[in-house]
Amino acid sequence: MNFPILSSLILLPTIGALFILFTKSSSGKYQSSKYVALFISLANFLLSLYLWYVFDKNSVDFQFVENREWLSGFINYKVGIDGISILFVILTTFITPICIISVNATITNRLKDFLIAILIMETFMIGVFCSLDLVVFYLFFEAGLIPMFLIIGIWGGERRVYSAFKFFLYTLLGSVLMLVAIISIYWITGTTDVEKLYELGIKAEYQNLLWLAFFSSFAVKTPMWPVHTWLPDAHVEAPTVGSVLLAAILLKMAGYGFIRFSLGLFPIASENFTMLVYILSLIAIIYTSLVALMQEDMKKLIAYSSVAHMGFVTLGIFTMTQQGIEGGIFQMISHGLVSAALFLSVGVVYERHHTRLINKYGGLVSVMPRYAIVFMIFTLGALGLPGTTGFIGEFLILMGAFEKNILVAMIASLGVILGAAYMLWLFKRVVFGKINNQELKSMKDLKTYEIITLSALVIPILFFGFYPEPLMNSIEASVENTLNMYNFDLINNLASKD
Amino acid sequence: MENFQYILPEIFISVSIMLFLLVGVFKKNSAGLIYNLSNISLVILLALIINLSSLDTIYLFNESYLIDNLSNYMKIILVGSGIFVMLTGSKYIQVINLNKIEYPILILSSILGMMIMISSNDLIVFYMGLELQSLALYVLASFNRDNLLSTESGLKYFVLSALSSGLLLYGCSLTYGFSESTNFDQILINSTEFNYGTTFGIVFILVGLAFKISAVPFHMWAPDVYQGSPTSVTLFFAILPKIAALSVFIKFLYTPFANMNDQWQTIIVFISIASMIFGAVAAIGQKNLKRLIAYSSISHMGYALAGLATVSNQGIQSSITYISIYLVMNLAFFSCLFMLKRNDKYYENIEDLSGLSKKHPILSFSLLIVLFSLAGIPPLAGFFAKFYVFLAVIEQSMYFLAIVGLLATVVAAFYYLRIIKIIYFDPEKEEYETSHNLGLKITLAISTIFILAYFIYPSGITEIVSKITMI
Repeated sequence: MNFPILSSLILLPTIGALFILFTKSSSGKYQSSKYVALFISLANFLLSLYLWYVFDKNSVDFQFVENREWLSGFINYKVGIDGISILFVILTTFITPICIISVNATITNRLKDFLIAILIMETFMIGVFCSLDLVVFYLFFEAGLIPMFLIIGIWGGERRVYSAFKFFLYTLLGSVLMLVAIISIYWITGTTDVEKLYELGIKAEYQNLLWLAFFSSFAVKTPMWPVHTWLPDAHVEAPTVGSVLLAAILLKMAGYGFIRFSLGLFPIASENFTMLVYILSLIAIIYTSLVALMQEDMKKLIAYSSVAHMGFVTLGIFTMTQQGIEGGIFQMISHGLVSAALFLSVGVVYERHHTRLINKYGGLVSVMPRYAIVFMIFTLGALGLPGTTGFIGEFLILMGAFEKNILVAMIASLGVILGAAYMLWLFKRVVFGKINNQELKSMKDLKTYEIITLSALVIPILFFGFYPEPLMNSIEASVENTLNMYNFDLINNLASKD
Repeated sequence: MENFQYILPEIFISVSIMLFLLVGVFKKNSAGLIYNLSNISLVILLALIINLSSLDTIYLFNESYLIDNLSNYMKIILVGSGIFVMLTGSKYIQVINLNKIEYPILILSSILGMMIMISSNDLIVFYMGLELQSLALYVLASFNRDNLLSTESGLKYFVLSALSSGLLLYGCSLTYGFSESTNFDQILINSTEFNYGTTFGIVFILVGLAFKISAVPFHMWAPDVYQGSPTSVTLFFAILPKIAALSVFIKFLYTPFANMNDQWQTIIVFISIASMIFGAVAAIGQKNLKRLIAYSSISHMGYALAGLATVSNQGIQSSITYISIYLVMNLAFFSCLFMLKRNDKYYENIEDLSGLSKKHPILSFSLLIVLFSLAGIPPLAGFFAKFYVFLAVIEQSMYFLAIVGLLATVVAAFYYLRIIKIIYFDPEKEEYETSHNLGLKITLAISTIFILAYFIYPSGITEIVSKITMI
């Protein structure tokens, strides 16, 4: 047995959290625990980069698989990654240190607890992307609720209790049905091992109901219209770092789940429900973009834009074309970077001016020129300007959509225009114009750590915008494999019907 | 005579009870001594039971008494939790002036009654055990006799319990009348054909048992008795009678009435669903933690019964696993409750937890873990308990039961979250005392670590439980 690299990736943050638990807090400042957390998360990031380096990009199999007996023989602890999941793992390990660096801006009390919560969260998030067993997946998927509930509830804004409850109960309600489905799969096929399930396949008669049960969980988490309402609340009330984690990684769990489980396990049902997903995605794209236009709160605007962007993702995934799925994955990575950056940018001005209302700002370009530049890059990334990651994702998704359904693609394209409208309008109102408010004049430009975190996000957004090859390379074989299996199952099923 | 070695635990505990009574009568101020002696005798009792547990199935006394894997396991967790109940409550009963010689003796006799219940293989022996444990519990409920709530709860428990015992006895007599035997195995053999008499017998017996386990619609006593009784007795109520009643449930359903599962399955499913939903909904408005945990235990019993409704070994085992994890969670919860003490006064309202996390981080963390576990959130032990039950339920394609049960967990999650909100999000109040006795601390530490680390090696309990087969 080789070195269990994935398990160490999953466990390292938790060990770090335990370590922080026992560090002495020096006069309430907890600086030492912050460095520990940063060190651990950076180590994890480097480990995941190493993983990417040794990862065989041409293979379609799951790699670094670990399989251990766990629940008295019938359910195994099984982890492994393929070209799709490795990107999400790296995204997670990349965003976490950024979160930890930006912690001291917003978190004033109980810093130590906060760091522990973030590190535990990282464990669960990596676990979700690595798990190759449905029960293990469910375990990580659900466990993430606990730290996030606390992050929103303890360090959140005024209506934090309401938002934390809404977040928790919505997600839990969606997930319990998935649990029923997972157990049913176990009794139908005799295993919850994803790889074995890919081989065995699930009988067509069960697929529709199982698909819907999984969908109920993923739709809430994505979030899709009409169950998206928890997201704006959670985002607005969560501390900046919480919003970053939520937008950048938590939402991606569902998109990842769609590819891995909905397409992989239930191809026939996915085909049946394609239209449903299209319609919900289109509503998400158009409707939430319109809602975003009218927002007065910056965070809320970005939250609604997240719903719209995730609408593109689900649309792309369910086109079942190579371009569409690759675009969906790329869009998720891109949105992970861009939305994280946008929430951090909002955090920057919120920390100085203590309001998120758009009309309290204006003319920031004259007092914070550096901020204006990075914020512009992120805005352009969000609206999908060529040269940023956002463009490639949306472009591929629309290509896939045009191949399948021209009407859907055309409506979705409208969303791109609306996206440009609300993002540019936000940018105009916040950064350009005259300074009306005298207090704004005293605002300082970016501090060192803000430059570090924001430029750390600018680099991948631009780099992969111009040169998406490394990411595409990594996902290509796996997506092709997923699609082949998908089509194979469909044809087989059609053949058996005749 | 050689049979006596198998009931050595029961003999030992009976002799100890009488011995302690004598000590209590002849020696003044011996309450503390007897308390400690009782605890030691429980430990010895546990050792005796474990010593016997390797044996196969043994019938004693004309097949009216049965020692098998089920009874052994149930007795072990019964006595084991009895020890922890005594450990956690020792300081409490001193503080509220209940440290009398009767207290530990009543607990011991109640445990003896439960052990007889668990091992009984005959209607009469079963009823004897049941009444022994109930009688002790009536007194324990009203043990704080100067407290109005406590006396009320004792009286209430007595009246309702007597009624349910009456129903149970009536059911027993009907069963006896139509199957011509009081022996469980004989009843099974004699009742191959359907007749209304036995069906009525089943219904009455199930009503009586549902009362003991506080399942809806026979739950009315639970909130009042839980709230009124001294907290240490509430802890006792929350764990031990449930273990005994659940194992009797298993016995009745799968030995004498095993052929009639089409008759009782619907009843159990109904009781289970009603308990899950009612327990979840009714707890939302509660202000008192003990009352809340009463409703919570009602809904937990619903889940335990859901496993029994499946008519499969898997289901029985899942119920037993459920109750084992449930008792650890309750131990942890009540240990936290015992720590809410300030100036010799114990606090038990939800509001008293406000902002607890700032001054008492460890206590709050334990409560956090316990509450999330009670809500069934992975990766804590409570999740696995529910997981096993639903695994068994879905195996039998009882999807309705599974979906209702899981939706009820979402409702239940709300009130657990509310407590967590009060602990972690609300402004802080006065500090509580931080010095607690060792037994309490150990219990809390063990149970919290058990809940937290259960996922590392979840097959431990299941492997032991998988030996218990009834079908």
